[in-house]
Amino acid sequence: MTPSCLRILIADDSDSDRLILKTLLCRLGHRVQAARDGAEAVELFRREGADLVLLDALMPRMDGMEAAREIKSLAGDRLVPVIFLTSLSDAEDLARCLASGGDDFLTKPYNRIILDAKLKAFDRMRRMHEALAEQHALARERNRQLLDEQTTARRVFDNVAHTGCLDAANIRYHASPLSIFNGDVLFASPRPDGGLLVFLGDFTGHGLPAAMGAMPVAEIFYGMAAKGFSGADVLREINQKLKRILPIGMFCCGAMLEVDFKAGQIGIWNGGLPEGWLFRAGASPRPLPSRHLPLGILPPEQFRADLTAYPASTGDTVLLMTDGVLECQASDGTLFGEAGVRRCLRRRQQGEHPFDVVFQAMADFSHRAREADDLTLFSLDMIDRTGLALRPEPGESSALSGPSEWRCEYEVRGSTLAEFNPLPLLLHICMEVPGLRARSGEVYLLLSELYNNALEHGILRLPSDWKRSPDGFGQYYRERQRRLAEVSDHGIVFRLHHARKPWGGRLRVTCEDTGDGFDHANHPVARDSGPVGDGPRYAGRGLMLLKRLARTVTFHGRGNCVEIVYDWRLPSAPSITDGCPPPAAGGRDD
Amino acid sequence: MTEKPHLDEEALAELQDVMEDEFEVLIQTYLTDSRDRIASLKEALAAGDADAVARTAHSFKGSCINIGAPRLGDLCQAAEQAGKVADLARAQALMADIEAEFAVVTGLLEGLSVR
Repeated sequence: MTPSCLRILIADDSDSDRLILKTLLCRLGHRVQAARDGAEAVELFRREGADLVLLDALMPRMDGMEAAREIKSLAGDRLVPVIFLTSLSDAEDLARCLASGGDDFLTKPYNRIILDAKLKAFDRMRRMHEALAEQHALARERNRQLLDEQTTARRVFDNVAHTGCLDAANIRYHASPLSIFNGDVLFASPRPDGGLLVFLGDFTGHGLPAAMGAMPVAEIFYGMAAKGFSGADVLREINQKLKRILPIGMFCCGAMLEVDFKAGQIGIWNGGLPEGWLFRAGASPRPLPSRHLPLGILPPEQFRADLTAYPASTGDTVLLMTDGVLECQASDGTLFGEAGVRRCLRRRQQGEHPFDVVFQAMADFSHRAREADDLTLFSLDMIDRTGLALRPEPGESSALSGPSEWRCEYEVRGSTLAEFNPLPLLLHICMEVPGLRARSGEVYLLLSELYNNALEHGILRLPSDWKRSPDGFGQYYRERQRRLAEVSDHGIVFRLHHARKPWGGRLRVTCEDTGDGFDHANHPVARDSGPVGDGPRYAGRGLMLLKRLARTVTFHGRGNCVEIVYDWRLPSAPSITDGCPPPAAGGRDD
Repeated sequence: MTEKPHLDEEALAELQDVMEDEFEVLIQTYLTDSRDRIASLKEALAAGDADAVARTAHSFKGSCINIGAPRLGDLCQAAEQAGKVADLARAQALMADIEAEFAVVTGLLEGLSVR
């Protein structure tokens, strides 16, 4: 081992001893500073520092033990070994040297070999301590940086993956983060048609890697939900994105819940999450098991995004959860599991909310034991009206800017009918008009009502009354799926026309399908005065809706073409002085 | 207690090896130092300061051991013990032995250094 040159401070009141020691150390290749007593040693150390200190135990002015304490305190976090020089032979005296902060002692007469060996040993220790202290400081600095970065990242993350409308009164959730970034994500967004889209996801792992995956999911979810895309569209997009960006072995278990409050139905897609539950009045809870692989695994062409539809009406509840719920551990190590969820739901008393039941059972089970995984429990109650509106876009520009005079025609044909939903695109075109943008919900409802009726009743000829019974409900959607796959020579054409008016603007939409139509001239639902009931083409509710929102609803041709006129007014427009009736009031003239 | 030799030849040989040209200086330093300590010891005895006797004897003992004068070292340790138990009469008696032994050691060391 190469001898390293140490800066050594020695203190001894005996001139001859000091001379011997100094010469010995110099011969060993070290640089030596010598002091006559403790006070001088402390002063020298304060001024010049040293790697190692050799102190006579008993000295006038300040003795070695006191000097050792001073020097150690001056050295702070640095390890400066202090070795006592002593002719003490009493074991207790020697022990006292170490107790006062000395690291070792060296007895007189000095032995060159032992002195050299001790210096080397202490130099090793000193270096090790220095390296450790450096690494510790580095680690502390890195940790501080990491926390800073995570805090900043968290801010960005929260802006993208905001909680949407999770604060709605009919939604309850519990989320437990294991670190700054939780591996679970929960998003909820109102849809333009007044419905609701919820996504619950559980990424493999947590922390930054999970957050990196969660960001695009949030972007896609909120961006598409607000534009009127269906849950299936959003799922396809998320899967494709995650498949592309996530490393092998990382994926996202998730569930998509699409709620249509008006139609009284929910659609659910579960890929890898524990079974969810649907609670309906007067029926036993229905499990909503995972039927798909998690997101980010299958290539787009193998991915199946179709949601399973269930009827659900006011007072019904949907419950969803991530793995963390099942992985709650009792003190003896047993897991809560799906069995635990089923057990507590079986024992649920009349009037108890499923969320409370599961949450309480989970808490009782784990009894203060640490939650092992990220954990999210979510419930949604079906209500009469959503009460959720899309947030108006902030900083809306003047209602008069943007395109105001335009027309377009868009046709969807053949197998595309089964694969593609044209509504977001059509909505997007309309949303270019600022005056319509503020009414995106109404416009979306009109478009979707027209499209769904043209497709489901006009082309697929599905009877709307099937949806009424629980059996028919399933049959309706199975049949819809089957007939869609067989559509070949059919098509739906949308013609949109927008014109500016002194008081705002007028949107005219015709929707024509290649189906058989119906005898609109003689059918009560098509006549203005007719009672509102179910017709061959329009369920009463659908027609009511069109009539309520649009200024006029007119049937053309053999009943396969519907035209609606929708007026919107400038907020500042003067009241009806130009002879124009208030729009959206259901007026009949055109 | 077996009497130790006046000088530890082995220790001195090693010192000579380490100190090289400075061995002479070391011997002179030790002798000057020791005269001071003997004077200090006498002062302490005269003042009846047992504590000072113990401390000075302790330091003297250290340098004696280091230079290779073990018998003088032992006498110093005896004086240190006497000081610790405040037996000034015993310390006084040892003082004479210390001075006598120091005279012997001085003679031997000076002979050594001119060798």
